[in-house]
Amino acid sequence: MLTYIIRRLIGAFAMLIVISMVTFGIFFVVPQWAGATPEAMASRYVGRAATPETVALIAERLGFNDPVAVQYGRFMKGVFAGAEYDYGAGVEQCPAPCFGYSFISGQPVWPELVNRMPVTFSLAIGAAVIWVLAGVSVGVLSALRRGSFFDRLSMGTALAGVSLPIFFTGMISLVVFSYGLGWTAPGGAYVPFTQNPALWAYDLLLPWITLAFLFAAGYARLTRAGMLETMGEDYIRTARAKGLREREVVVKHGLRAALTPILTLFGIDFGLLIGGAVLTETTYTLPGLGQYAILAIRNQDLPPVMGFVLVAATFVVIASLIVDMLYAVVDPRVRLS
Amino acid sequence: MSFLDVKDLKIHFPTDDGLVKSVDGLSFGVERGKTLGIVGESGSGKSVTSLGVLGLHKGGRAKLSGEIWLDGEELISASAEHVRGLRGKKMAMIFQDPLSSMHPFYTVGHQIIEAYRIHHKVTKQVARKHAIDMLGRVGIPEPARRVDSYPHEFSGGMRQRAMIAMALSCDPELLIADEPTTALDVTVQAQILDLMVDLQREFNSALIIITHDLGVVAQVSDDILVMYGGKCVEYGSADDIFYRPEHPYTWGLLGSMPRLDREPTERLLPIKGSPPSLINVPPGCAFHPRCPYAERTDGKADTEVPDLAETEGGHLVRCHMSRTERRTLWETEIKPVLETQ
Repeated sequence: MLTYIIRRLIGAFAMLIVISMVTFGIFFVVPQWAGATPEAMASRYVGRAATPETVALIAERLGFNDPVAVQYGRFMKGVFAGAEYDYGAGVEQCPAPCFGYSFISGQPVWPELVNRMPVTFSLAIGAAVIWVLAGVSVGVLSALRRGSFFDRLSMGTALAGVSLPIFFTGMISLVVFSYGLGWTAPGGAYVPFTQNPALWAYDLLLPWITLAFLFAAGYARLTRAGMLETMGEDYIRTARAKGLREREVVVKHGLRAALTPILTLFGIDFGLLIGGAVLTETTYTLPGLGQYAILAIRNQDLPPVMGFVLVAATFVVIASLIVDMLYAVVDPRVRLS
Repeated sequence: MSFLDVKDLKIHFPTDDGLVKSVDGLSFGVERGKTLGIVGESGSGKSVTSLGVLGLHKGGRAKLSGEIWLDGEELISASAEHVRGLRGKKMAMIFQDPLSSMHPFYTVGHQIIEAYRIHHKVTKQVARKHAIDMLGRVGIPEPARRVDSYPHEFSGGMRQRAMIAMALSCDPELLIADEPTTALDVTVQAQILDLMVDLQREFNSALIIITHDLGVVAQVSDDILVMYGGKCVEYGSADDIFYRPEHPYTWGLLGSMPRLDREPTERLLPIKGSPPSLINVPPGCAFHPRCPYAERTDGKADTEVPDLAETEGGHLVRCHMSRTERRTLWETEIKPVLETQ
């Protein structure tokens, strides 16, 4: 078991290194391959009115003339150990993890990312609770009553949930529940949980449900398919022959076995989501990671985009690492291999 | 009335293609301490019968009729919840494939503990001791250690032993074993059979062994019921079935049985054709399309369903041929051929 964990940890770390290389390559190497000179790279860091001399100086200072490997090393050193920027007039300290400064605001990227994480986490965790509970229970009930009215209704709804994009369901629900019925907050507001939990939940309720609807649909379908398969297994018959109550047969024996693929999917979905629920945050103007990324992309603000990509990728890798570990807990047969 | 008394049991499944008569008017009984062997080919309704006795068709699509008396209590009309309470405690079952019949995610011990705690209000520690004790009794070495193993960490024979330990954990008075040795290596089959017979003696339970293999029931059964197409075709003591069989299907089964104690001078005598579809059971005697003696019935073979009639001392046969004709055939044609095999 321990070797399994260590192997997974090493794998996850290697994965992150590869992701950082690819990200660095996309933002720093590919433009140079495409013909951008060190000066052209540097010109994005200086004002429009800069003289060619200034640009050349900045290019030298930022190291765009150095070999790619050196540039990557410097970037990674910034992430792990922090960096110093020499502006000539003075030295600017950028503590680790340093992803550089936003071109637009001039603020360091990492604190901004940290500030926005609670919003995205709140959104992702709340939605995940709803979609797992709703999706799995609807899936189980549908499987147990296959062919019934409930089954057809819920699977029809699930199909709609999977196929409707979030900006559509988000807009519709805003119009109906916020502006029309006035039941929920109109979006755009975020109150930290620590300040006022009730208001926190009130503001996030609609985004949670909208996001959960999309995911719950997929989970309901997956659970239904899994349950239909496991409930026909021999060990279900054995559990019944023991005299186990049907509810326990379904939950402890049927669902337990059907849960493995759901867990895998959940790890990936949740990891992606805490890296920024881009569409939901944009639709409800929530100040989370996804919204930050969208703003940065629109402004061609390179450092925040890079920081966002690396942080989001890290979340996905960590989430799938946790899932791999849980997998070994859920399915004892995994530990052998 | 016997300890288990099944009367005119019918288990029918309505399907889109028609009514599947998996079990069609079956009657049998078993006493405590006795063993009944139910023999037949795949699809003859053996397993459906056993699941019916356990009440596992309740709430499903199957239509049941007839009577199942267990220790003076009728089960078909009893509530599903009541029968659930009897299941595992008063009657238990051992299944064919112990690997797929045990939950892959739970330890063997967990599954035995679960079975025990459904019917006994005891702590986990007490149940665990009981599980270890049961594993020891079915001959698993180092039961205190193996109790925490998963089914995939056991060998096939060990798994079937664990399955037996689970089934016997609540001292059931009726034990049904559905093809208990089919999935096992030949060398292990005899061990498992011996174990079941020993435990049956110890617990004084009624045992039903369901198999397609006459060799299995030959060693252990007091009575044998031969099924064909959802019906009983011959029912009698083990001696009746092995030394005085009267139904052509039973002859066929005996002829298909390899014998190690004789010279392999000739080929086996397999039954020609395949088992009938349970949706379109052949008219008349269900066995007549495969029966070599169908023309000896004055044309009744495909028009009239023969009755299950007593031939002598509780030995029942469902055949159109007269008793003397069957006896003569057995003595002059069948027995000599079987003996040379």
